[in-house]
Amino acid sequence: MNIVECIDIEKTYRQGKMEVRALNGVSLSIEKGGFVALAGPSGSGKTTMLNIIGGLDSADSGSIIVNGNSLDKMNQSELAGLRLHNIGFIFQAYNLIPVLSAIENVEFVMLLQDVPPAERRERAKIVLDDVGLEDKYNRRPAELSGGQQQRVAVARAVVSNPSIVLADEPTANLDSKTGQGLLEMMKEMNKKKKVTFIFSTHDKMVMDYARRLVHIRDGLVADDEIRDRG
Amino acid sequence: MHFQLAWRNIWRNPRRTAVIMTAIIIGVWSMIFLGALMRGISDGMVRNGIATLTGHIQVHHKGYRNDPVIENSMTDPDIVKTALKKTLPAGAQWTARVRVNAVASNARHTAGVTFVGIDPVREARVSFIGKAVTEGRYLKDDDKYGIVAGKALVDKFETRLGHKLVLMSQDTDREIASRAFRIVGIFKSEMQATEKQFVFVTKAATQHMLKLKNGISEVSVILPDQKEVKQVADNLRAALPSADYEVQTWRELLPLITAYLDIYDGFIFIWFIVVFIAMGFGIVNTTLMAVFERIREFGLFKALGMKPWWIIREVLAESFFILLIGTAVGNILSFLSVFALSGGIDLSSLAAGSEFAGMSRVIYPAIHGQDMIVANLVVFILGLLVSIYPAVKAARFTPVEALAHT
Repeated sequence: MNIVECIDIEKTYRQGKMEVRALNGVSLSIEKGGFVALAGPSGSGKTTMLNIIGGLDSADSGSIIVNGNSLDKMNQSELAGLRLHNIGFIFQAYNLIPVLSAIENVEFVMLLQDVPPAERRERAKIVLDDVGLEDKYNRRPAELSGGQQQRVAVARAVVSNPSIVLADEPTANLDSKTGQGLLEMMKEMNKKKKVTFIFSTHDKMVMDYARRLVHIRDGLVADDEIRDRG
Repeated sequence: MHFQLAWRNIWRNPRRTAVIMTAIIIGVWSMIFLGALMRGISDGMVRNGIATLTGHIQVHHKGYRNDPVIENSMTDPDIVKTALKKTLPAGAQWTARVRVNAVASNARHTAGVTFVGIDPVREARVSFIGKAVTEGRYLKDDDKYGIVAGKALVDKFETRLGHKLVLMSQDTDREIASRAFRIVGIFKSEMQATEKQFVFVTKAATQHMLKLKNGISEVSVILPDQKEVKQVADNLRAALPSADYEVQTWRELLPLITAYLDIYDGFIFIWFIVVFIAMGFGIVNTTLMAVFERIREFGLFKALGMKPWWIIREVLAESFFILLIGTAVGNILSFLSVFALSGGIDLSSLAAGSEFAGMSRVIYPAIHGQDMIVANLVVFILGLLVSIYPAVKAARFTPVEALAHT
């Protein structure tokens, strides 16, 4: 069963008088529970693709269905609701809320979902323990290393049990050892929680972890490689 | 956690928060404290006006107010007394007076004065004169020739206690009546004009001199609660024959002060708005800066599923805390300032200048509950209203653009 269905997606950005064609008719289906990497060089359109799948950006044409919802028919508020309940995000720059502690950052999404405080705290602890930050609950982002911050971001992305986690170059700001650890952790969560992971990367090591590797080049799917790596 | 987030956000840039809070504190303080000063001035004017032989309510013979001649006296005070007994609430005080224009003279000087015949005991409960005598003594019921004059008049006449003062006025036969009185007391009042204007003699002596028999010019009433004035005046009007008597409240008797009070009300409100406008720009500017510094964060909020309305609520919560602390401290400071000046601000050196408006020599700042509520509401409600603009800005960032912001 496909959790993401993209048909003929086109997207053009305007920068002053210049037009940059980011996606040139991308069609892509991603199965539920997948661990998929969108690979390609900078400017190939992979981040645009992730943004469109996550409802953060809209396509100029084409249709996109995420978890049974047709995104092009949804308004901003509905898209926000979809993101809140179905999609987790991991960003290259971690994007944690600086005034909240690690556990509060993880709780934040559940707060928006109106999860009761006690349950929020309990679930946040479990997930932080899963990512190996059991002793860092009350540290603020500025008191954590890059790798630890990204672990908190992963915990925040998965804590509300989303259907999909979209990760935009999640290891780009991390050293290779930390990045590898993070990928192992994401893979473990993919297995354990059956969450679909879609991440963009141009890092060979990250690509090696993917069970499916979609190459995007010049706004088009250049190659779609399925590999079963257990 | 929403409030926790807002609270922590306002302290991310403590200096900026401190600057805007200081602006709010100064604004609220100036609104309430300067309002209290103005209220102190206007309260003093009202207090003086009421104490200077006006009272809360006066009863006159019909036509006396327009033409205060002796012919317009009330010849049968018992009718008024009966009406007063029926209508006055417990604790109210009243006194009857004879009040006519007269000429005062001694060997060296002559001046026009208001010649007031009083019942010494009752008068002391109603007007300032009972406590105003600073030299000599107050009048006694049986003082046939005693007179109490103001310090300024005594100085002007180059006279002193024990000396004679001749009063001359028209009696009921339209003849000139004159009588020599001996100065038994000298009074001081808030205003020099009062000291020059009024001389006090017993009511009986005045009635005798002017051949008034039992006649009186006015009845002045002081009520225990100023809020009852209108109701009691209405009751009194109903109890007296309208063809012969007129009843007026202090607002009608002191039109200049009433006009000043209205002007002060308007001025205080305009002052609140002016202060707020200056403060409002500061609030908008600071909140906008705080919003633009955190564009990425608002993008993140949206990406995580926060709806635009929630972002508006988040920014408004930050403004709420800043306004709450600012107004609380501003209120405390204004209370402390008023408390520190509770002994009054002595304007004696400016007395001659301030007297024109009936201002007291000493101003006692007075915080009126209504002014305080209005000042706080103006700051709070308008403060939140002007914060809506930056809040809406924050809510309108698109997640992609905001997250790409550096």
